[in-house]
Amino acid sequence: MFIINCPYCGERDQTEFSCGGEAHIERPKQPTELSDDQWAEYLFMRKNIKGIQFERWNHIHGCRKWFNVVRDTSNDKIHAVYKMGERPPVK
Amino acid sequence: MSNKYSIFSLIKNALSGHENWQRAWRDPEPKKEYDAIIIGGGGHGLATAYYLAKKHKMNNIAVVEKGWIGGGNTGRNTTIIRSNYLWDASAGLYDHALKIWEGLSQELNYNVMFSQRGVMNLAHNLQDVRDLKRRTHANRLNGIDAVWLNTEEVKKFCPIINTSPNIRYPVLGGTLQRRAGTARHDAVAWGYARGADEMGVDIIQNCEVKGIKRNGDEVEGIETTKGFIKTKKIGVVAAGHSSVIANMAGIRLPLESKPLQALVSEPVKPIIDTVVMSNAVHAYVSQSDKGELVIGAGTDSYISYTQKGSHNIVEETLRAILELYPIFSRMKMLRQWGGIVDICPDASPIISKTQVKGLYFNCGWGTGGFKATPGSGDLFAHTIANDEPHKLNAAFNLNRFVSGDLVDEHGAAAVAH
Repeated sequence: MFIINCPYCGERDQTEFSCGGEAHIERPKQPTELSDDQWAEYLFMRKNIKGIQFERWNHIHGCRKWFNVVRDTSNDKIHAVYKMGERPPVK
Repeated sequence: MSNKYSIFSLIKNALSGHENWQRAWRDPEPKKEYDAIIIGGGGHGLATAYYLAKKHKMNNIAVVEKGWIGGGNTGRNTTIIRSNYLWDASAGLYDHALKIWEGLSQELNYNVMFSQRGVMNLAHNLQDVRDLKRRTHANRLNGIDAVWLNTEEVKKFCPIINTSPNIRYPVLGGTLQRRAGTARHDAVAWGYARGADEMGVDIIQNCEVKGIKRNGDEVEGIETTKGFIKTKKIGVVAAGHSSVIANMAGIRLPLESKPLQALVSEPVKPIIDTVVMSNAVHAYVSQSDKGELVIGAGTDSYISYTQKGSHNIVEETLRAILELYPIFSRMKMLRQWGGIVDICPDASPIISKTQVKGLYFNCGWGTGGFKATPGSGDLFAHTIANDEPHKLNAAFNLNRFVSGDLVDEHGAAAVAH
């Protein structure tokens, strides 16, 4: 449980948000060309990092907008918040 | 067994003031090389080592554990054991474990305090009723004992449940598996450790794995805080930290790690002699032999390795507990804790080979691995020894995420395990 600084609404409690998991997993550009292995990789395989992780969050009980968060999963400390489409901050 | 436990050894040691008990397992330094290494000294890892030595005669093996054995999720779970899963593959897996539980104390010469006090799952709406009845039928087709209870029968089986039709989520009935129950989780780890050690398995505690050494497509050994150990077979049983080990080996798994919480109350006289689970309101409760209510809460909804969990999750669980059991309204909670669980997209475990030769994973048990401990160890040992899965864990391979042949127990088995 922690505070998230929504880029649209400001600081709110984490319970207002919904976590969308690992960020920057691109949807395959040509899905029809994909092998089953590549589909599995895209759909299911995750880094599940212990440490600094880039992830997506949705302010589901607020503005309902998606954005990205850089969070340390070993202590839940948030290092950066940035909007969808913006360049992720360098570590 | 050199120091077999019995009524006679108990009397003998009582007369000498309990000062002459032999230690239950050695504390060896790692050798340079083993035939196989198990990463993770929890119940599943120790059971794997035990069955590798016992059934597959692999005695030159080691279990490496970063803390102390049984100090991870083995000691954090709520000790519930049941096998009433919906799908055939799951039913086979969990009932295999339950059958081993039934004779485990005798086999290990160690009292794991397995108590078949029954597990009841409550239904709170019409869809719950349909789902649970369907599950009861599926269980019986698979030879698993299961019965449907109506509201009056639920009340009779566990009188402290509030079955008033006027509560927010009224109890419309429930299922009961009488062979299900609880066991003492520490004893399971200790019993398997003692048994494995007896057969020559080295149990190496305070030894954290720092890296997996690969030579192309096969494993060569592990880097640890106690140096490099060579081996051709590595079985990873690292629960919430499975992805951390996978990342060391350069592979990815379909797992997300989340904190799962549990809590116990102050000890009271016997009040609930069974296990009651409710998935709709997400609360389950049983009573330990010490008299504490053992309550399981849910997981946080985001990835975290923080081993604590959020307050709102506990709050929701206790709210549900209080509505179902108004009698607990003035009880005090003594301890709360969180453990990290690795959850698969289909809420079923992975007991499987990987694309790296000699690297095996037993993971993805999510919120409910304790019940499967003996079966999981037995089947994982088979998989490691033969480099092929047993027919009971064939469905739980990693390739199911490629083939699409998932064992979806998310909605089917229960949210809480």
